[in-house]
Amino acid sequence: MSAPVSKLQATLQAGQFVVTAEIGPPKGTNIEPAIHEAEKYLKRDSIAAVNVTDIQTAVMRASSLVGCKLLLDRGIEPVLQMVTRDRNRLALQSDLLSAYILGIRNVLALTGDHVTMGDHPGAKAVYDLDSVGLIQAMSNLEKGTDMGLDMKGNPNKLDGSPAFLKGCVVTPCADCVEPQIIKLEKKVEAGAQFCQTQAVYDPAAFEKFMKQAEHIRVPVLVGIVVLKSAGMARYMNANVPGVVVPKAILKELADAPKDGVQKKSVEISAGLIRDMKPMCQGAHIMPLGWDHLVPQIIEHAALL
Amino acid sequence: MIVAERKPLEEILGTVTPYGKVLVLGCGSCVTVCLSGGEKQAEELAVILNLAARQKGLKLQAEFDCIMRQCDKEFVANLKKDPKQYDAVLSIACGVGVGFMSEQFPDVPFLPGLNTTFHGAGSAPGLWKEYCHGCGDCLLAWTGGICPIARCAKSLINGTCGGTKEGKCEVSKDIDCAWYLIYKRLEQLGRLDQYRKLRPPVHWGKDRSAGPRRLTHKELAEIQEVTKQ
Repeated sequence: MSAPVSKLQATLQAGQFVVTAEIGPPKGTNIEPAIHEAEKYLKRDSIAAVNVTDIQTAVMRASSLVGCKLLLDRGIEPVLQMVTRDRNRLALQSDLLSAYILGIRNVLALTGDHVTMGDHPGAKAVYDLDSVGLIQAMSNLEKGTDMGLDMKGNPNKLDGSPAFLKGCVVTPCADCVEPQIIKLEKKVEAGAQFCQTQAVYDPAAFEKFMKQAEHIRVPVLVGIVVLKSAGMARYMNANVPGVVVPKAILKELADAPKDGVQKKSVEISAGLIRDMKPMCQGAHIMPLGWDHLVPQIIEHAALL
Repeated sequence: MIVAERKPLEEILGTVTPYGKVLVLGCGSCVTVCLSGGEKQAEELAVILNLAARQKGLKLQAEFDCIMRQCDKEFVANLKKDPKQYDAVLSIACGVGVGFMSEQFPDVPFLPGLNTTFHGAGSAPGLWKEYCHGCGDCLLAWTGGICPIARCAKSLINGTCGGTKEGKCEVSKDIDCAWYLIYKRLEQLGRLDQYRKLRPPVHWGKDRSAGPRRLTHKELAEIQEVTKQ
C-alpha cells in the first residue's frame, strides 16, 4: 500500500470508522461565516475531512476550490467536490492541477445536478466528461499525462504530476439499484478509492445495497443529510431522486416541539449512524448549514 | 427526420413586417410529416399573415408555394413561384432548408418561420421525440439502440446518474431516463456486459466542437467533373 496522500486516506487505510462533513460556499463574496463555522464546529479529531460543494444544485455560488483553500489555511483538511456539468476537460484538468498546487489532496467526482434544476436554467450544460471520465482524468494526471495528445499521438507529459485520494458517489436507495452498482464498479475501475453516498434514512435498504455491492472493494461513507423539519423530509421524498425518508422518521420530526426540532434532528442523524456503522466504513454528514449540530451528532452516535 | 415547430406568430410578424410581397415557402419532407412546414401549413400561414396584415394595417401581402425539399438543388426547379419576384421569402423548412435556399437566391431575404428542434421520430400520435444528436460517432451498437448522447439530459456515457427516479429523468417527469431504458433493453437482450464496459471520454471533435462538418464522396465529385468535360 502506497503512502497516504491525505489524513482522510490514512484514516481509511487504518480501518477506523471515518467521519467527514460538508460545507457550501456562499452566493456572494461573504465566505467568512461559512469558514468560521467550519473552524468552530468541524475542526476536530473526530472529523477526518470536510467536503466543499461545487455549485451545488446548480445554484451559482463561490467555488469549491476557494472554499477548500480557505479550509486548508485554517488547518482543516478539505475534500474538493468537482462536478462535470460546468467545465470541459481543459478546465477540469487545469483545476485539478491548481488544487494539487494549493495543497488539496482529496477530490470527489460527481456529474452534478442538471442546470435546469438550478437558478440559471438558460446556461449551457457542459458534460464534456461524465463522473467516470473525471476519475479517468485524475488517474491520467497521476501518471504524469493529460487527456490530450502531442504531435506524435502520444499523451502530453506533465511537468510535475499530482497524487489524489479519488472519491466518487453512489445512490444506495435508488428505486432501481443495479445500474447504480454497475456505475460504481466503473468508477472504481477508473480509479475511485472511496465512496460517499447520497442521503440514506433506511438502514435496511442500505444493508441490502451494501450486500449487493460487497464485491466492490472501496470504503463506503454513508450519507447523512441532517433533517431540519418534517417539511424538508416531505420535500425530499417528493423531489430528490434516491432519497426516501421513512414515515417513522417523518412522524418523529412532525411531533417534535418547535424548540426541540434540532435535538430531534441530532437524535435521528446519530441513530442512523449508529445503526449503519457496522455495515460500512464511515459516515458523511451533510449539515446544510447546521454545522453546530455536527459535534453533538458525533457524540450521540458514540463515535468519540 | 428533422423535427421543427412553428415560431410564435408575433415573432414571424416582427420579421416580415418590413416587407410587402412575401412568399411563404413550404417543404414537402420532414416538416410536412411533423405537421409544421408542409404545403398545408404554408397555405394556412399565408392566410393568417394576410388577416393579421389587414387587422394591423400592414402593407404585407402573403402568397404560398411548396417544393418537395428545400435542401436539394434538384427540387428548386419545381418552384411554381419565383422567389425573385418577392420582397422576402418566409421559409417554413428546417434551418437547413432556409440556409440552403438563401444560398440559391442570394438577392432575396429568406426568413425562418420555424424553430428547428431535433432529429427525431413520431413515437405516438401527435408526439415526436428526439432520437439522435448527430454527434458524428454513433454509439448505438453498445447501448441497445438507445442513444445516451441525445436522450440522456447530461449525455452521460457510462450509465445512469443519481437523478433517475422511477425510470424518469431529474429534468422532467416527461423525459424517460435514457440509461434506465438502456439498462432494461440490454437486460432483455442478455447484454448487460455492454453496460458494464468502461467507456473512454467522447471525442467531441466529431460533434460540433471542431466547427461545421462536411461529407465528401470523392468518386461522385470525380464523376461530375468527367461529365462536365
